[in-house]
Amino acid sequence: MFFSFLNKNKKPLSLDTRMRSAWHRQFSLILGAIKLVLLSAISMLIYLYFGSAIEGMFHKSEPLTTQQEKVLNAKRIQRQMEAEQEKIENGIHLATGLKVAEGWDVVRTTCTGCHSAALVTQNKATYSGWKEMIVWMQETQGLWDLGENEEVILAYLTNHYAPNEAGRRSGLNIEDIEWYILDF
Amino acid sequence: MELENNTFDKSNQYVHSGKEAEPMGLTSRRSFLKTGSWSAIGSVLCVPFVFEKHSPAGLIPVQIDFADEQIGIPEKHPDLIILNDRPINAETPPHLLDDFTTPNDRFFVRNNGIPPEVSEIEANNWTLSIGGEAAKQEKTFSIAELKSAFRTYTYHLTLECGGNGRSEFNPPAKGNQWRTGAVGCAAWTGVRLKDILESVGYTDQAVYVGYYGKDTHISGSDQVVISRGIPMSKALQEETLIAWAMNGEQIPQLNGYPLRLVVGGWPASCSGKWLSRLVIRDKIHDGPKMKGQSYRVPCQPVAPGIKVADKDMCIIESMPVKSLITYPRTGATIRLTQRLPIRGHAWAGDLEVDRMDYSIDFGQTWKECTLSKPINKLAWQHFSATIQFPETGYYEIWARATDRSGRAQPMVIPGWNPRGYLNNACHRIAIKVV
Repeated sequence: MFFSFLNKNKKPLSLDTRMRSAWHRQFSLILGAIKLVLLSAISMLIYLYFGSAIEGMFHKSEPLTTQQEKVLNAKRIQRQMEAEQEKIENGIHLATGLKVAEGWDVVRTTCTGCHSAALVTQNKATYSGWKEMIVWMQETQGLWDLGENEEVILAYLTNHYAPNEAGRRSGLNIEDIEWYILDF
Repeated sequence: MELENNTFDKSNQYVHSGKEAEPMGLTSRRSFLKTGSWSAIGSVLCVPFVFEKHSPAGLIPVQIDFADEQIGIPEKHPDLIILNDRPINAETPPHLLDDFTTPNDRFFVRNNGIPPEVSEIEANNWTLSIGGEAAKQEKTFSIAELKSAFRTYTYHLTLECGGNGRSEFNPPAKGNQWRTGAVGCAAWTGVRLKDILESVGYTDQAVYVGYYGKDTHISGSDQVVISRGIPMSKALQEETLIAWAMNGEQIPQLNGYPLRLVVGGWPASCSGKWLSRLVIRDKIHDGPKMKGQSYRVPCQPVAPGIKVADKDMCIIESMPVKSLITYPRTGATIRLTQRLPIRGHAWAGDLEVDRMDYSIDFGQTWKECTLSKPINKLAWQHFSATIQFPETGYYEIWARATDRSGRAQPMVIPGWNPRGYLNNACHRIAIKVV
């Protein structure tokens, strides 16, 4: 009865029949609209689940070169690592190796713009020693005037990267030696 | 026997005091390696994306093998110790320098700036220009022209960073805290600088040859990163090369591809990389890192920590006598019944090493090692010995080279200098005999 409009090519209909077919037409229009909504919802769902697979059937997507794959993979790892690196373990900021203490963020933003933080963390100096390095960088390496940050940076470096008394020569650092059995 | 016991007690005291002093500073080597590796990961991953324009060629994230936490720098052995990732500075652990000729992937990296990215095409179009006040004319050569117009030579030449061993100076000196591994000896192939200088011609006013390379400043500014030089006498030495090959291969990009100077026995900073121009000067070359305190030491010996005026600092020329035990790696545990073979290399700047000794009793007695002749002038020499330990216990093997002039390596740190150059104190490794 949903297909009553097929009747239109047949013999003329009685008034009663016409009345009925008018109601039918209304009803089938509503049903049609519902069907349309349902169908589009289903196709939306199908597309959501299988869209990419279907697209893949038609689109022969260009195969990624190994290099591109590696770069993409590296970008993914980069995101993971960046999140990982922002972690602080045992008071050390993993990304930079800087000790986390007052002023460390200023040191990070100021110093690592040009060079690696490793250049900070591997050095040790007194207040005047660190000051000299800043002046040297300003005179020869294009470092800008640090303004009020200079004292913050100097206090951090002096407190956390100070020289320790080592005498004329230290003994071998026994705790650092990785002992192994030598077979020969 | 009592005497020996005494000796052993002394050695224990020595070890103990060493431990208390925590000499190597706030971070242990292991923790340094840990943080070092993290920052290296940081560089390898972040540099190409965040600071792409400052990043050297080849330093792309594909270097990373996440599963193995393998990190490294292009064309280099993963176990090189990265001291600094921007600019790249990496040294070779002693046991990786065991080869007679240092392989390209184990040769240390000391960069002052960012190396240029040089493609093969660019290398083919690479030119070296020569000029300067004391040059008779301005001349330019392509690498192909250098190869065809001049005789090619190969020499084994030792290159050592002037700051190798800096980490042991006290008061500390600023800069990359090199331990022992900023040294290597490779077979370099190229033309003699002498032949090039003679082809260009120079006046009798010529005193110095300065170089310029194509590396760029880490700050991104267009200032010259480093432009050092050598006096004419060294420039005219037969072994001073303009090289395009290292151990028969293309020079690694971080070591100066496609063209570099190789000045054996002098601070490696004399051996300009990514070489693009030479200037024959009528005065001492005055490029960046020639003046002030860079690559200079006090003309007269000074007390540790003293401030020295620039005018009292003199340019370093020949490097001092030095040696390195490359086998075994420190930390070896052996049985008393085993005789331990040791070996390594010795070098002495412009001079030859005359004698090599080792001590297993903290320098109280010395025994002579077998020492080879250098394969050519300015190449390092190889030593070896076999050690029978008298009893079980903790030992250190100390190595001491003596050069032709009778100068030997000191046991303690030599003369302090503001920038921490020329530490040639004897190399030490730890051994346990059980």
